[in-house]
Amino acid sequence: MRLQYPTNVRVIQLPCSGRVDILHLLRSFEDGVDGVYVAGCMEGDCHFLTGNLKARRKVEYVQKVLESLGIEPGRIEMYNMSSAQGPRFAEVAREFTERIKELGPSPVGQAQAA
Amino acid sequence: MIVGDSKPLEEILSMIEGRDKVLVLGCRGCVTVCNVGGEKEVGILASALRISRKKAGLPPTVEEMTLERQCDPEYVEELADVAEKYDAIVSIACGVGPQFVAERFRDVAVFPGINTTFIGGALEHGVWAERCQSCGNCLVHNFGGLCPIARCSKSLMNGPCGGSASGNCEISPEVPCVWDQIVQKMSAMGRLQELEQVWPNKNWLTARDGGPRKRVREDLKQ
Ligand code: SF4
Ligand code: SF4
Repeated sequence: MRLQYPTNVRVIQLPCSGRVDILHLLRSFEDGVDGVYVAGCMEGDCHFLTGNLKARRKVEYVQKVLESLGIEPGRIEMYNMSSAQGPRFAEVAREFTERIKELGPSPVGQAQAA
Repeated sequence: MIVGDSKPLEEILSMIEGRDKVLVLGCRGCVTVCNVGGEKEVGILASALRISRKKAGLPPTVEEMTLERQCDPEYVEELADVAEKYDAIVSIACGVGPQFVAERFRDVAVFPGINTTFIGGALEHGVWAERCQSCGNCLVHNFGGLCPIARCSKSLMNGPCGGSASGNCEISPEVPCVWDQIVQKMSAMGRLQELEQVWPNKNWLTARDGGPRKRVREDLKQ
């Protein structure tokens, strides 16, 4: 199946969404990205039982950090989808790209460019 | 171990406002074990501070370092060559850390990045509870191994008080009444009669009430 999703989305593959690290999420904002989302398996379907639930909590942690720093917490989000849902993957990529377009460029990246 | 909580990011940001070069200093002791002040948390806090600086268009000079322990001068000494180049050192060790660093490097501004909360242990991953108040004269063996000083809201030696209800303390249904637990435990061990002993007032001079404490071990001193 060949699906179109926005080319600005850079995919970083992990063996399980649970492997995502708070530090890596923060580092990407430090590097000036406009938004990050974590795509994990459906809740209840984690091969490692709770990886996707842990990923969600890490995303929520980073949302709080961003909020404390005066950055829109919506720049990071957790989505759940199964690997059989290719069209859903493309839809989320479009949905999140739209959201970030509305929020505009990251204030971190902007200050750096200035 | 000594358990702590991260200070709110906003508070840390206001502490170091106007200070250009910042060092976030972790400790591999207790605070690493309770996931609040180890190498990993140093990375997270430093990254958050850098994001904030970049956002404000300020130089993002926030560096990271983690000492074996901040409560031992020999490890604090590892900062000797670098301490002076920072305008602020944020220590995320227990309250001993910022003090030892500030005592050793008198011209450097040192800030506490965590709130030291209690001496306790992990009930499960991510959950810690208070177990000891360092009263200086341990008596837990008389109470089935449960400390009434640290775990009873009133530190009663002759409990429970009239507020104990359904196993919980009167201060909150979330707080177990340790005296209820003591009675259950001593009953289960067939030692309930030991609790008939009335304890006189505890001598608090061995606790903090006797003033700041210091231990000198002649056998170890050099
Ligand atoms: S009796 Fe004193 S030393 Fe023993 S656990 Fe309780 S507070 Fe700590
Ligand atoms: S209810 Fe229990 S824990 Fe609470 S103050 Fe009374 S004896 Fe102590």
